[in-house]
Amino acid sequence: MSAMRGLGIRALHHELAEGRLTASDLIQDSLAAIETADGRVGAFLHVTRERALTQASAGEGVSGVPAPARGLLAGIPFAAKDNLCVEGVPTTCASRILEGYVPPHTATAVRRIETAGGVLIGKANLDEFAMGSSTENSGFHPTHNPWDLTRVPGGSSGGSAAAVAAGFVPYALGSDTGGSIRQPAAFCGVVGLKPTYGLVSRFGLVAFASSLDQIGPLTRSVEDAAIVLQGIAGWDELDSTSVQVDIPDYLASLTGDVAGLRVGVPAEYFETDMDQGVRDRVMEALDTLRRLGAEVRTIRLPHTRYALSAYYLIAPAEASSNLARYDGVRFGVRANDAPNLLAMYERTRSAGFGPEVKRRILIGTYALSSGYYDAYYKRAQQVRTLIRQDFQTAFAEVDVIVSPTTPTPAFRFGEKADPLTMYLNDIYTIPVNLAGLPAISVPCGLQDGLPVGLQLIGRPFDEPTLLRAAHAYEQAAGFSGLRPTALGEVQ
Amino acid sequence: MEFETVIGLEVHVELRTRTKIFCSCAVEFGAASNSRVCPVCLGSPGVLPVLNEEALKLGIRAALALSCEVRRSSKFDRKNYFYPDSPKAYQISQYDEPIGERGCVVIAGTSAPRSIGITRIHLEEDAGKLTHSPFGDASLVDLNRVGIPLIEIVSEPDLRTPDEARQYLEEIKSILQYCGVSDCRMEEGSLRCDANISLRPVGQATLGTKTELKNMNSFRNVVRGLEYEQERQRAVLMAGGAIVQQTLRFDEATGTTIVMRSKEDAHDYRYFPDPDLPRIELTQAYLDARRAEIPELPAQMRARFEQAYGLPTYDALVLTSTQRLARFFDVAASQAVDPKAVSNWLMGDVLGYLKEMGEDIDAQPMRPEQLAGLLRLIDDGTISTKIAKTVLRDMMTSGQDASAIIEQQGLVQISDEAALREIAERVIAANPKSVEDWRAGKEKALGSLVGQMMKETKGKANPQLVNRLIVDMLRD
Amino acid sequence: MTSELNLAGRLGERVEGHFVHLTTDDVVHVAALARLHVTSEETESLVLELSRILDYARDLQELDLTGVPATSQIGITTTVVRADERRPSLTAAEAVANAPDEDEGMFRVPAVLEG
Repeated sequence: MSAMRGLGIRALHHELAEGRLTASDLIQDSLAAIETADGRVGAFLHVTRERALTQASAGEGVSGVPAPARGLLAGIPFAAKDNLCVEGVPTTCASRILEGYVPPHTATAVRRIETAGGVLIGKANLDEFAMGSSTENSGFHPTHNPWDLTRVPGGSSGGSAAAVAAGFVPYALGSDTGGSIRQPAAFCGVVGLKPTYGLVSRFGLVAFASSLDQIGPLTRSVEDAAIVLQGIAGWDELDSTSVQVDIPDYLASLTGDVAGLRVGVPAEYFETDMDQGVRDRVMEALDTLRRLGAEVRTIRLPHTRYALSAYYLIAPAEASSNLARYDGVRFGVRANDAPNLLAMYERTRSAGFGPEVKRRILIGTYALSSGYYDAYYKRAQQVRTLIRQDFQTAFAEVDVIVSPTTPTPAFRFGEKADPLTMYLNDIYTIPVNLAGLPAISVPCGLQDGLPVGLQLIGRPFDEPTLLRAAHAYEQAAGFSGLRPTALGEVQ
Repeated sequence: MEFETVIGLEVHVELRTRTKIFCSCAVEFGAASNSRVCPVCLGSPGVLPVLNEEALKLGIRAALALSCEVRRSSKFDRKNYFYPDSPKAYQISQYDEPIGERGCVVIAGTSAPRSIGITRIHLEEDAGKLTHSPFGDASLVDLNRVGIPLIEIVSEPDLRTPDEARQYLEEIKSILQYCGVSDCRMEEGSLRCDANISLRPVGQATLGTKTELKNMNSFRNVVRGLEYEQERQRAVLMAGGAIVQQTLRFDEATGTTIVMRSKEDAHDYRYFPDPDLPRIELTQAYLDARRAEIPELPAQMRARFEQAYGLPTYDALVLTSTQRLARFFDVAASQAVDPKAVSNWLMGDVLGYLKEMGEDIDAQPMRPEQLAGLLRLIDDGTISTKIAKTVLRDMMTSGQDASAIIEQQGLVQISDEAALREIAERVIAANPKSVEDWRAGKEKALGSLVGQMMKETKGKANPQLVNRLIVDMLRD
Repeated sequence: MTSELNLAGRLGERVEGHFVHLTTDDVVHVAALARLHVTSEETESLVLELSRILDYARDLQELDLTGVPATSQIGITTTVVRADERRPSLTAAEAVANAPDEDEGMFRVPAVLEG
C-alpha cells in the first residue's frame, strides 16, 4: 500500500517509467488494501484479481516496465462502477435482477483505458441501476464513507468514490445522471468530474436515463481527472450521441492562472436551505478564487426551482423504458414458478428490482402513459429547455459557475428514508445534467470532520476552462491532500 | 340496405440492406436461429443503436416514389410493449414525425383509375420470431429478424373493394421493387399486410366501426380475408347488429377470421422520443439525390409503352409487372419493326417457357437485342414462326443468336419455289384421297396436304408459299 | 453540524393546498403497464409516495410554457449514420449464454397464453 500513498497518476507513471515500481506492484498494493479494508467500506461488488494480475504482468512482459510513451494510464489500476460492462466480467448494476450476468461487450470508456494499459481492479458498488444518492439502494450491500463509517458515501457512484477516498485505487470511473459522480465525490472528499453530455461514449454504460447519463472520473486531484478524461473522451461510432469534436490537451489547460476569470454565483442556489457549514466553506472558496484574481459576480438561473421536478419526471420516464428489457428472457435472473408469460414478467421484475427502482419505473410509466404525457413528460421537457436557456444566458456573462455540490455533507445511513427528501440532495447537481454541461466537484474543506464539495460548472465542451479553474482553486486551497482517518493505517 | 366497403391497409416492407437498421449484423433470410444477433439485437444492458445510412436512404427513396412529402426533420420514438419478440421491450419506430406523409398511388380501380392516399410512411425495426411449443407450455424465441429495417406504409381508407386492396398492394410492391427498396416477397415476409375494414350505408359520410385483419400471408389471402370479413360485417349489419371493434386473425385453412383481441385490450405504448438517436435532419441536396435514384416507375412505363409502342393497356400492364421484364421489352421493342409482336412473343412463349423453367427473365441468357433479331428473321422470311418457337427455346438456354442457331441446325426456311413445287407434286401424287376431298369442297383436306409438305421439309418450308403452291396445283 | 434541514419546506406548504392524489387503481394500472407485481400493502404505500412525488411536480403545471420547445436530447444536431457494412454477429451459443432458459439456441419462455 505504501507505494501508492499520496501519489497521483503522473507520479505513479514516473515511478513505473523509472523502474522503481512495476505494474504488478501497484496491482498487489491495490489488492492488498482492498483485502485489508474493503470489508469495512464495501466499495466493491466484484474484484477482478486474477484478470488484473494477468494483465499487469502481460503489460510488463511487453516492455519490461511501461515506457513513458505508453501513456500516463499504463500499468495503473482503476475501478469501474458496476454499471459499466466489461466483457467476461460480471456486471450487475447492484441489482439482483442482473446477478450472474456476464456481458459479451466492453464499455468504450473502459476499453480505451485498457487499451492505454490501465488495469481494472474491480467493479464498484452503486445504488441499484444508479438510482439513488447514498448507495443504500444497492441490491447487495451498502458502501460506507471512509471518513465516517456510520455515514453514506453518497451515490450513486458511492463505491467508486469510497474506493478512491480509501486509497484502494488512484482513480475510478463513475456515471452521473443527476449528480451521481459529483455528490459522492463531495461526500468522500475526492474530485469528481461529469463531462459535457456527448464527450464520453455511453456505449457499455447500462442506461438509467439516456439523455442525462454521462461517464466520468473520480480522482484524488484535478490533474488526475484531466488525465483520465483525456483517456476516455472522444467520438465513438457505437454511440450516436457522442460528439465529433477535437479533444484538447486537458493537462495543458492546468495553468494555475485564473486571473480575470469570470466566476458566476447563482443567487437561486444560495436561496435554498443549505447547511451553514457548507455555505461557509463555499464562501471561503469564493474568497480564494477572488484572491487568485478571479472576478466573482452574482448571476440568475431563474428556473432552478423547476429543475428537480423536471428531472424526477424525465429520468424515471427514460428509466421506465430502459429497464423494461430486464424481463427474464435473455439474461439475468428469472422467477421460476410462473405458469405463464405475464406472471413470469411480473414475478421476475418484482423480485429482481429493489423499492427505489420500482418507484421510479412506476413514476416514469405514469408520466409517459396515455393522458398524462402532456401534463408531465412534455412539460418537463419544456422546462428543460428553459433551464438550458438560463445557463446559456449566464454563460454570456461568466466563464464558470460556482456553487456547493450538495446542501449538506455526508448523512447517516437511514437518515433520508423518505424518497423525496433524498431527491432534494441533488438540487445543485441536477440542473447541470438537464443542460448537458460539464461540472466538477472539488473538496473545499471540512465541516465537523466531513468533506464539503465545491461544484464548478462550465460551458459545453469547455472542460479546459473548467479544469483550469478547479485546478487553480485546488492548488491554492490545498484540500485535496486531506485523507480520511476512519480506516486507520490502511491509507 | 346498400353498403359501401371501406378498406385501409397497413403494409410493412423490409428494406433491402446488407445489415440491420441499428447494428451491423447481416440481414439474411433462413439463417440458423440466433446466429445473426449481437448485443444490440439482444437488447443487452448498455448497448446503443446507430442508424444504418442505407436504411434511411431506402426509406426516403420509398417515400418519394410513393409521392410523399418528406420531412426535412424527423425523429425516432420508442414504442414500449412487453413481448418476447421485442428484446428491449420497446420498438424503435417513428410516432408523430414520420419521414413521409400525404403520398398516393394510382390503381386501375373497378371501373376507372383511382388515386389511393398514403397517410404516412415511417421507418422502424422488425421484431423477433416466436415458435410455440406443440405442448402449449412454452415458446421459443429467435431474434435473427430483430432489427431488420422496415418501412410501414399506412393508406387512407380509400379502398372500396377487396380487389382494389389487391391492386393497391400490387402497385406498392411493383413501385418498391422498381426502386430497389425491397424484394417485397410476401412468402418470405419481406412484405406484410394488415387491413382495416368497415362498412357504411351508401351515401353516409362517417365511417362505420372497423375491424383490423392480420395474418394474411399472400395477396390471395388478403382478398379472401377481406371478402370474408366484408360478408361477415354485412350479415351482422343486415341482421340489425353492431360491429365490435376488434383485431382479427385470418385463418388460411378455414378461410375465416378469428378474434385476437378486443379494443379494451388496446395497448398504451407510451411513445416518447428515443434519446439514443439524434434527430434526422435532411438537406435539400440529400433529398434531391434520393429523388435522382428513383428510376422510371411502373405507371410511367405503362403509359409510355402504350403511347410509344402502341401497346394495349393489358399488354403494358403485364410487361411492367416486373422492372426486369419491362426493361427487356423496352430494349427489344425499340429494335423491332413491330413492338406488338415483341409483346406477343414475350407474353406468350417467353413467359411460358420461363414459367416452365421457374426462372426470371434475367436468369436466362437471351438478351432483348437477340429477341429482336429473331423477330427480324421471321419478318424477312428466313424462318417460319413455328421454327422460331424452337429457335427461341434454344436461345433461352444457350444464349446464342437466332441466326447462329438457324445456321448450325439448317433451319433456314425453304422459299425456293421450284424445289417446293417438286415436293408438292410428290405429296399430291401420294395423297389422292385428300385431293379428292378438297375438290369435293372439304377445305380441311388442304391442311393435311400442307402438313405433309411441312413433314417432308422438316418444317422448314415457307408456309405461305406452300399454301399458295398446293392450291394452285390442285386447281390446275 | 446540521443534519435536519427543512429542504422539504416547499413541499409541506403544498401538501395543505392541492395534493395530487393517485388512486389505488392508478397504481395498479401503472404497475400492470410496467409488468410489476405489487402487493396490496405495497400499493398502499406507493399511492402515498408516488402522490407526493407527483405533487412536487405540480409547479410545472403553474408555468406558462406556451411556445417553449421540448428538449428531449442535448448535443448532436445533425443526422448520425453508419455505413451499411456487415460485422460478425455472436454465435448462437454466445447469444443465449446468459439466458435463464434456452433450448437449442433459442430463448425459452413460458407459454404466452394464460396457463
